Amino acid sequence: MVNPLLEVKNLRVEFPTRRGVLTAVDDVSLHINPGEVLGVVGESGAGKSMTGAAIIGLLEPPGQIAAGEILLEGRRIDNLPYEQMRRIRGREIGAIFQDPLTSLNPLYSVGQQLIETIQTHTEMTYAQARNRAVELLSEVGIPAPERRIDSYPHQFSGGMRQRVVIALALCVNPKLIIADEPTTALDVSIQAQIIALLKRLCREHGTAVMLVTHDMGVIAEAADRVAVMYSGRIAEIGPVRQVVQQPKHPYTVGLMGSIPIIDQGDERLTQIDGAMPRLTEIPSGCAFNPRCTQTIERCFTERPNLVQVGQSSVSCWHHDREKTDA
Amino acid sequence: MLAFIVRRLIQSVVVMFFVAMLAFAMFRFVGDPVHQMVGIETSLEEREALRVKLGLRDPIYVQFARFVGNAATGEFGISYQHQRLVSDMIRERMPATLELSIISALFSLFVGVPMGVYTGLHRHGWLSKVFMTASLIGISLPTFLIGILLIFVFAVLLGWLPSFGRGEVVELGFWRTGLLTVSGLKALIMPAFTLGLFQLTLIMRLVRAEMLEVLRTDYIKFARARGLTNRAVNFGHALKNTLVPVITITGLQLGSIIAFAIITETVFQWPGMGLMFLQAIQNVDIPIMAAYLIMIAFFFVAINLIVDMLYYVVDPRLRVDVAKAHGHG
Repeated sequence: MVNPLLEVKNLRVEFPTRRGVLTAVDDVSLHINPGEVLGVVGESGAGKSMTGAAIIGLLEPPGQIAAGEILLEGRRIDNLPYEQMRRIRGREIGAIFQDPLTSLNPLYSVGQQLIETIQTHTEMTYAQARNRAVELLSEVGIPAPERRIDSYPHQFSGGMRQRVVIALALCVNPKLIIADEPTTALDVSIQAQIIALLKRLCREHGTAVMLVTHDMGVIAEAADRVAVMYSGRIAEIGPVRQVVQQPKHPYTVGLMGSIPIIDQGDERLTQIDGAMPRLTEIPSGCAFNPRCTQTIERCFTERPNLVQVGQSSVSCWHHDREKTDA
Repeated sequence: MLAFIVRRLIQSVVVMFFVAMLAFAMFRFVGDPVHQMVGIETSLEEREALRVKLGLRDPIYVQFARFVGNAATGEFGISYQHQRLVSDMIRERMPATLELSIISALFSLFVGVPMGVYTGLHRHGWLSKVFMTASLIGISLPTFLIGILLIFVFAVLLGWLPSFGRGEVVELGFWRTGLLTVSGLKALIMPAFTLGLFQLTLIMRLVRAEMLEVLRTDYIKFARARGLTNRAVNFGHALKNTLVPVITITGLQLGSIIAFAIITETVFQWPGMGLMFLQAIQNVDIPIMAAYLIMIAFFFVAINLIVDMLYYVVDPRLRVDVAKAHGHG
């Protein structure tokens, strides 16, 4: 077995507020192997982006890591002082955010932003960094990069800007990229291109990706493994084929049922009744119990833990019981 | 860019034209200048001769054209009260006002911006709270009161600084400066502080509000995610994005500082244009008032022009819009 690149152990992210402590991420454990694409999927507020922000050390205050560990190549990074964590950001863990229209500083040319990032993390001279920046732009498919390098963000289209953002995230070859909804803000026709580009570049550079999204299509397309999150917890995690074709957790089953399949005609999509509980109103026991159709008594009293079922891990009493009964 | 400057220049000329019209109208509304210039024993014939000599019998548009032509070359006629060329009086007084205004503007800028950045970055720090509270005082206390308090403490009680005047001055050709002598600099401290305090608090609060706004943006978050140093993020990326509104306000404020230095100049008996203007109002000295009006308008127009050009330097989005308009047009 390979040593995982990134390991998250029992991560808990809390927001102390005036009305009590909100737990945005609760007891999340996952790992990412070198070069692997882990999809993280879930509804808005499920804690996917928070997990990503916690890994890169950029939780917005007052959010904070309340428990757990984050290890990069076996080294703990969740408790590093700001300056040491800054050196890891960009250099070892890159990030791509949702909206390419606002991710770039409008007052600097894309070249200035690339060169600045490269020079922050390497010893390159300005000329070397500039050459590298041109290379990167051509790698992410920007036409005429020698000329476009001096253009400003507003002179690019949304898709092109996301390419620039990808170039910025990849510019010093980090080992891991946290891509937080990288295609959500883009036109549908551009989404596939950007995902394909991200996938190709990461394969070429051997970069692992944590792909945060709420789009199962993107996950099925790009991910090796997938983690399904619900109310700050992992409901199910496993190889993407396994999770998509044989979902175990009732929530995942519902999610898969809600994806339209084109050749099945006008059959109605299944729908999960209700909405995800607010952080202030998470029920006891399994957080999914108000919407679950197969609840048993235990679901309301005790919280299920992740247990191995086949190649996946699931947190659901149905599967836990099967295992303990067997 | 060039087309933009030309366009703005034309606008400026139009503004100045209307201001000149207003200044000219003042002469017509405030009675017959001849009455104020001559004694009671002057005969009607002599008065009439003086009117012709002064051009007051010419048609109005001729008089206005003459007025504008003179104003454009810096001539504003003769002061009723002092019987001297207004242009000479302004030349004597302007350096004092400009030095005071510019020093206090620089003071408010170089102290206000760092304080704004600091309070924006450390929103909950105790020093920020001290700054914010102090700035409330600065914004709410009237200028003359601060001036008088300063005089009381530093001139009367402690005797460190002079309470009035400009100190010793040095003649540099046409410019009489107080910046080169110790007593001149000492005399400048209190008026500059008094005049700049309000602007300082304004700039500090503006920079702080803008910083808070900018620090929330995605590109700042992304800049941090790229591992840039704090310094690069806070000053290179965040502060630069706050500059456009700061430049706007600072420019306008510089205009106001020059125009409304009157109160500060009065409190400190600063021999500048403000004091001259105040005396001119008391004595209905129209040529000085007209000259002052036109000059202040000129400062405002010039500063606004510079501010607009600075936008172009700071924000590339504006540059390109113009370039595009040219490319397609």
